[in-house]
Amino acid sequence: MSEQTQYPSTWKKPPFIQNRLLRWCLWFGLAIYLALAFGTLDVNWQRVAEGIPRGTKFLSAFFPPDFFSRWDSIQDGILESIWMTVIATVAGIALSVPFGLGAARNLAPRPVYLFCRGVIAVSRTFPEIILAIFAVKLFGFGPFAGFIALSIATIGFYAKLLAEDIEAMDPGQGEAVRATGASWFQWVNYAIQPQVMPRMIGLAVYRLDINFRESAVVGIVGGGGIGATLLTAFDRYEFDSAAAILLIIIFIVMILEYASGYLRKWVQ
Amino acid sequence: MAVIDSTDGPIWRRRTTGKQLAIWCGWLVGVAIVVYCFKLISDKTIWMFVLDSGIQAADMASRMVPPKWSYMDNLWRPVWDTINIATTGTMIALVLAVPVAFLAASNTTPHKSVRAVALFIIVSSRSINSLIWALMLVAIIGPGTLAGIIAIALRSIGFCAKLLYEAIEEIDVKQVEAVEATGATGAQKLAYGIAPQIMPTFAGISVFRWDINIRESTVLGLVGAGGIGLQLDASISTLAWTQVSLILLVILGTVIVSEWVSAKVRHAII
Repeated sequence: MSEQTQYPSTWKKPPFIQNRLLRWCLWFGLAIYLALAFGTLDVNWQRVAEGIPRGTKFLSAFFPPDFFSRWDSIQDGILESIWMTVIATVAGIALSVPFGLGAARNLAPRPVYLFCRGVIAVSRTFPEIILAIFAVKLFGFGPFAGFIALSIATIGFYAKLLAEDIEAMDPGQGEAVRATGASWFQWVNYAIQPQVMPRMIGLAVYRLDINFRESAVVGIVGGGGIGATLLTAFDRYEFDSAAAILLIIIFIVMILEYASGYLRKWVQ
Repeated sequence: MAVIDSTDGPIWRRRTTGKQLAIWCGWLVGVAIVVYCFKLISDKTIWMFVLDSGIQAADMASRMVPPKWSYMDNLWRPVWDTINIATTGTMIALVLAVPVAFLAASNTTPHKSVRAVALFIIVSSRSINSLIWALMLVAIIGPGTLAGIIAIALRSIGFCAKLLYEAIEEIDVKQVEAVEATGATGAQKLAYGIAPQIMPTFAGISVFRWDINIRESTVLGLVGAGGIGLQLDASISTLAWTQVSLILLVILGTVIVSEWVSAKVRHAII
């Protein structure tokens, strides 16, 4: 019993990645990648250096924000964005329901499942702005093109989450309703819809929020809304009006965020 | 749930009559709002163009096939740039998001007023799209990849900081107390009490945002901020539709690969 257990007197934090080799390889790979990335980054430093003093002038041109001299067109743009957001969200969600049902593995037969997943994947891949470019080409300038682009983008987001929610639902309730002799529509209406509804309402408000933010950029390629007004303000070098528009966008997004948080709590 | 008595015996209904009426009224108001919005939009629409769109779409599609595969030689570099914009932008954003998140979390913030400022930074970074950031940055530091990187970084700060501060607020306080009981200083509490708890979330957020940024950096070129968007813009303006279709395919491929990578990494972490 003379031997004493040697306790270590220092302690080291266990690393996040246990395997030492893997850890060193990851660090090494990261270093190589960063060297390559910054090595191939071609930056015109002279232009950047010139730009910094210009940047401070640029930023000071933002203050104070000018809400009044272009108020008519700002108001017009904001309202157009809001209408566009509302109908794009509603139409997008209405279209998402069949796609979402079709993309749920426990509901749809295999070919339907693959088709719906394909549609969702494609509409998720392309950013709203690319969709908007094509919508403008097809439907002409104006809010209608923005509405189409945002609706398609909404399908990719909403149908995917709806499908995942349906796949994760409790099958017991579905079986119980089935056992009463319910038709397919009754089954969907009474067994599936009540289970996914609370989360879906929250997501709908969240998507409304995203669509409003995106409606500010579809205007850059001619899709109408506040983005068009913003681009005009930039092109005319009216940075004080542009600052006002940005502040209004931030303000509306903040309201939407609070509203969606409140609504989600209320639903659940 | 309600049961209505009738001559044939009780009939089951999902809702009482009053509740059903209230729901119908809600629907009526909602539909009225949507129809009103649609009317306002349709007033601003030239319907002739919309009706014409089927023919236009068929025409465009016929011009787009087959993709001009030889153009691929000009695309490798922009794809590399796009990935770099997304990756370095995400890294910068993460470095900046960590302090903002700690200042914004109600349990680690030094003062309420600091928290308000941090929350404002988060909201403004989140509400302004990366394209608008890029538009401003191109005006300041000139067109090129650097403007794209900074635009992506500025846009991602809000997103990363928001998810991170929510994670910080939900940590287990007991572990921090235990570290505190050993006599740890504030910084040690942060490093040994809080950081290990939020590390998995942090890694998850970074991969998630990287995936989104790949998607967003494909279009930054439209306003001159580098990446494959430059080629897309040039091809669309010169009506080179076979190049456009190839670029769209390349974007599709890049996004699918990035989604696959992020899913794998997230799976490995969690």
